[in-house]
Amino acid sequence: MISVYYFGAIALILIGLYAILVKKNLLKILIGLSIMETGVNLLLISIGYVSGKSAPILSEGIGPSQAVDPIPQALVLTAIVIGVATTAMALSVAILIYEKYGTLNVEEIRRLRG
Amino acid sequence: MLKRALAIITLLIIGYWLAQGLAGVPFGEDKMLVGQYYLDNVKQQTGAVNAVTAVVVNYRGFDTLGEVTVLFIASTGVGALLWRRKKERTAKTEGSIVLTTGTRLLFPFVMLFGAYIFIHGHLTPGGGFPGGATIATAFLLLYLAFITYEIPHRGFEVTEGLAGMSYVAVGLIGLAIGGYFLFDWIWQTWQFGWDNVGRLLSGGFIPIIYTIIGIKVGTELSGIIDNMLKEEVSE
Repeated sequence: MISVYYFGAIALILIGLYAILVKKNLLKILIGLSIMETGVNLLLISIGYVSGKSAPILSEGIGPSQAVDPIPQALVLTAIVIGVATTAMALSVAILIYEKYGTLNVEEIRRLRG
Repeated sequence: MLKRALAIITLLIIGYWLAQGLAGVPFGEDKMLVGQYYLDNVKQQTGAVNAVTAVVVNYRGFDTLGEVTVLFIASTGVGALLWRRKKERTAKTEGSIVLTTGTRLLFPFVMLFGAYIFIHGHLTPGGGFPGGATIATAFLLLYLAFITYEIPHRGFEVTEGLAGMSYVAVGLIGLAIGGYFLFDWIWQTWQFGWDNVGRLLSGGFIPIIYTIIGIKVGTELSGIIDNMLKEEVSE
């Protein structure tokens, strides 16, 4: 039986993918990309979770054997930052496209190029 | 309509495949291979209480240097894509009195909170990247409230470059003292803060590197905001 956390992550990935495949507005596609990214991050974090253990911050009462795996969390930290960077790049390309074509509809942009 | 149906079928196939793959991965069970080693040794080897920041800065410090570089390239790319000869802010509506007064009051505290997040990276959740993002939101608040506000570009660019260079410099000092790049010389060689693990003055070079990263990320994200809010004006 699949866990509810994995199910939520897969649902987020699929919602994002649906937006990328179907939507025609460039900004909606970018939002879909962000939702998909969130799903992937949630999946990684939930794979690293160990039930009954606390966050990997060692303090009184939380020794090395009572903490969850720190590596997925560190990797997701990296992934979030890279995601912000790529989203910023994509948004500035969208600004340029809107100035050039006056529209954000991907089909019209394709048609205008001939 | 056909396209939508095709998309839904594709999604169902991908979803089924993902669920099949993840059904074999049990949730909440201990799957640690190398993570347990980090947890066991993090206090002795790095002096940090927060294992995540120890992994990010100490064990995978070179990776984080690459990450900072990616962020720098993205910020430069945004600047290059949106570059115009003459750019100005074209916002027309002044912020309401609530927004302007709130910004005046809150700006120092938002900055302080960002600094708190990145200085305490080795003790509490957080670190350079969230702290830098918090500082960038302080500048975004200024942009929202005052229509003529602009960040001091020259100073921000110099700060950004110096922060990036000092990360490499910290790594090179480690190379000179300990023999490899990004060696934690403050903790391993000087043994600074050896007896107060869990307090502010410990954690080797993690607070230093996170301060550098926080300053760099804050100035970079503010620069991205600045580039996106400006538009070309014709003379």
